Amino acid sequence: MAEMVTVRLKVNGVAHEGRCEPRKLLVDFLREDLELTGTHIGCEHGICGACTILFNGEAARSCIMLAVQADGSEILTVEGLMQNGTLHPLQEAFREHHGLQCGFCTPGMLMTALDFLKTNPSPTEAEVREGISAVLCRCTGYQGIVNAVRAAARTLGGAAKVESGT
Amino acid sequence: MSDQGWIGKSVKRVEDYRLLTGRGTYIDDHPPVANLCHAAIVRSPHPHARILGYDLSAALAMDGVVGAITGADVLKHSKPFSVGVTAPVQYFCAATDKARFVGEPVAVVVARDRYVAEDAADLVQVSYEPLPAVVDPERALEPDAPVLHEAVGSNLANNRRLVYGDPDRAFRDADVVIKERFRFPKYGSTPIETYGVIARWDALDGVCTVWSNFMGPFIMHPLTARVLGLPGNKLRFIVPPDIGGSFGIKSLIYPYMALIALASKLTGVAVKWIEDRHEHLMASSTGTDRVAYRELAAKKDGTILGMRFRWLDNVGGYIRSPEPGCSFRPTGNFVGPYRFQNLEVDASTVMTNKCLTGPNRGYACGHLYFETEGMMDRLADTLGLDPVEVRRRNLIPAAAMPYRTPTGGLYDSGDYPQAFDKALEMAKYGELRREQAKARAAGRYFGIGLALAVDPSVSNMGYVATALDPQFRAKPEYLPKSGAVDSATIKVDPLGRVIAILGTTPQGQGHQTVVSQIVADELGLVPEDVTVVDEMDTFTRVWSISSGTYSSRFGSVGTSAVALAARKLKKKLVEYAAHLMDMPPEQLEFRDGAVRAKQGKGPSYSVKDLAGRAHWNTESLPEGMEPGLQATAVFGFTVAKAVDAEDRVNSSNTYGFIAEVMAVEVDPETAAIKILRYVTVHDAGTIINPMIAEGQIYGGALHGLGGALYEELAYDEDGNLLTGTFMDYLVPTACEAPTIEIAHVVSPSPLTPLGSKGLGESSSMTVPAVIANAVSDALSPLGIRINELPMTPSKLWKAIERAGRSHAAPTAGHPRSRPTTGPPVQ
Repeated sequence: MAEMVTVRLKVNGVAHEGRCEPRKLLVDFLREDLELTGTHIGCEHGICGACTILFNGEAARSCIMLAVQADGSEILTVEGLMQNGTLHPLQEAFREHHGLQCGFCTPGMLMTALDFLKTNPSPTEAEVREGISAVLCRCTGYQGIVNAVRAAARTLGGAAKVESGT
Repeated sequence: MSDQGWIGKSVKRVEDYRLLTGRGTYIDDHPPVANLCHAAIVRSPHPHARILGYDLSAALAMDGVVGAITGADVLKHSKPFSVGVTAPVQYFCAATDKARFVGEPVAVVVARDRYVAEDAADLVQVSYEPLPAVVDPERALEPDAPVLHEAVGSNLANNRRLVYGDPDRAFRDADVVIKERFRFPKYGSTPIETYGVIARWDALDGVCTVWSNFMGPFIMHPLTARVLGLPGNKLRFIVPPDIGGSFGIKSLIYPYMALIALASKLTGVAVKWIEDRHEHLMASSTGTDRVAYRELAAKKDGTILGMRFRWLDNVGGYIRSPEPGCSFRPTGNFVGPYRFQNLEVDASTVMTNKCLTGPNRGYACGHLYFETEGMMDRLADTLGLDPVEVRRRNLIPAAAMPYRTPTGGLYDSGDYPQAFDKALEMAKYGELRREQAKARAAGRYFGIGLALAVDPSVSNMGYVATALDPQFRAKPEYLPKSGAVDSATIKVDPLGRVIAILGTTPQGQGHQTVVSQIVADELGLVPEDVTVVDEMDTFTRVWSISSGTYSSRFGSVGTSAVALAARKLKKKLVEYAAHLMDMPPEQLEFRDGAVRAKQGKGPSYSVKDLAGRAHWNTESLPEGMEPGLQATAVFGFTVAKAVDAEDRVNSSNTYGFIAEVMAVEVDPETAAIKILRYVTVHDAGTIINPMIAEGQIYGGALHGLGGALYEELAYDEDGNLLTGTFMDYLVPTACEAPTIEIAHVVSPSPLTPLGSKGLGESSSMTVPAVIANAVSDALSPLGIRINELPMTPSKLWKAIERAGRSHAAPTAGHPRSRPTTGPPVQ
């Protein structure tokens, strides 16, 4: 039996403490130990982005981080987006613009888009495409997602840039 | 259906709330039973090797390991799966004698958690005698090629020569004959959620329950029961409410369902296995790679007299059911949207040391139309005609609908010329050609591609028998196969709300939303009044062997079952209300959520009112009426018939149409392809939810684009997989995804109650054709024609370099003028 370590962290504003093997992946810790199954595993090698969370405010892939690395951190997962029973404007925009089909990449897509809109609150379409290219979706052809992120940017207060070309 | 109805509206999806908030229920999310143990699968590192023995001692000695099974246990405790051909291929759920592809399961370790299981799997020792491998289907058929299945004697799993009309005469009478060789790549749609299976084999009651993200068809249930030695009513398949995408791929999870069930039986614990991405790319399922030889016979005016197809479909290490559907799924629509009557198809299915195949979005149609539409452009070139004209000359006219194809298909409705014209008009085809002339004059490589396709939906299970000789099918002991069936139950609860129950295993298609729209329209309700349950359980749902969500079937057969069930229930409610009102039922109708007199005012009975009375007071029912307010309908297509003695079969049940135009520019320095315009016009009959329909088209198109430009399960000559991660297997991102101009033409199907057809596979089957034609057109000044996919930049760049040495830069002139001799892209 491997030595166990203690991991203390804050997830969606709630303090948690757990014990796990040092090799345990952060995504497995979130899903198994904290029972936050909204964060999904799509590739376990950091490409598909389904497992993306906000780690101390920045998008990070929880499948290529260890739980012990998250000791002392603050994490936001998809379960923490809704506030007081109301969808976050980004979630609302995904629903409005058919930004999801099977929903499996959606948690990673939402967290990636949230981080992206923080750094670029009024993106062009091309910038949105670049911004969400870290997450793979196989259902939507991305158009609904791109439309949703742009709509959310408008709702969240960013003034849409005047676009040239496309 | 009324103009005020819910059908035809982009109703927002009810599924979205749970999926947007992290509350979906996918197979990996919630343990359905306590004390689950976890499996890791030991896989062959060899493309082809004889298994000499296993040593489990180190693995079993590890703390936390519960047990392990090997191919020897699989051989002892299970049977091979039935295959769709007569060749004696023994396909077990794990390798028993030899491993025949990299990643083939050879053993399973079960442990307390997945980490321990993985550690222990590393300690399993398997002794192999490596054997020479073969990956190319043409090489595999050479007499000195390594043979995968000694009992078969060669690598040919099946061959059928199908003849319709008089193709020899068509070729004798032809003014022009065109021949071409095509290669279609091995790719799979890699859903972001991988396979997952949980099995519990209860030794006391003898029931084996298998939870999984299996998508159907449920023909695999009786096949798996036979493999496991269980009667059907002791094998329970349960599919959770959410599946993270599938695109055909999860129909092939069934060998793992058997393998994990066996692991549970032999270790005595409930076992969970979640596939990782590397396993998925190595050993789940893909479409076939194909070598195709095509011949086309035509008159000088462009009228096609006949065609010949010769196919080598590579199904990998074993032919696995439903293969060889890779060849025969489109039997009824082999001729596509064209009128020619003479066809010869020589379809070979070849086994090589690659991973196994099965349905992938657009099953067999991406291959078919890539070849046919490529041939149409070659015909146009040869005759000096515009590719639009060549197609128009051969299209089946609207007046010919319903149209019986020479291969047995029954195209139920459509106006192909109108849909084609609409696509040309949207794309401003004439302007595009002028723009092309200008671009060429400026030395740019600008191309326009076209693709037309008949989009088959709802497979008739009977098509699979096309793989068998008519003589075999004529034997008295042979049982014919046919059918395409789905069911729905609708019930009204005592408080008057409606629940619709399906068993459709959706994978993101929004069945709950669509069904709520249909039921709301039928019963005069709003969608919010209807709760839809769509997860599958073979013990509680009404199902048949064709059940499931595949071959674009829900929009056609599933919705039909729902509409019929609602109509049955409505009839009962009207009869009950008529009894209460003491009026003849003919004078009543369902309107605005209540049963009312058709004319005049008077009393009405709302659904809620009727529900309360019917549930609480059965004495109030008319004599002979069955108590309870529920109706189950099973809808089956009567046009789904078994293949006939001349190999004709209506292989699908409803047939849509797709017309596409794409404009591209190719950068000769980098070989990058830029999509400038992409127009797609679909005819899928009645569209129930336009938003969902558009989402399907976008998704399908990107799958087609992935296969055309990026995705390939690549192997080296020795059978080693080169694309085992998403670093190597390139899935398009948002940056590569085109914006699409979409329009619909609506020719309602006369065969479905709502007039709807399937749409799920949609442009996945046309994009490989349309972009290959567009790039060929762009590079025609260099004499380059695309006859092999994917068009990766390196392949294209080499072709441009080769051609550039023998051809000058493009010059002004006839936009489609091109040298007649040029190197094909290989």
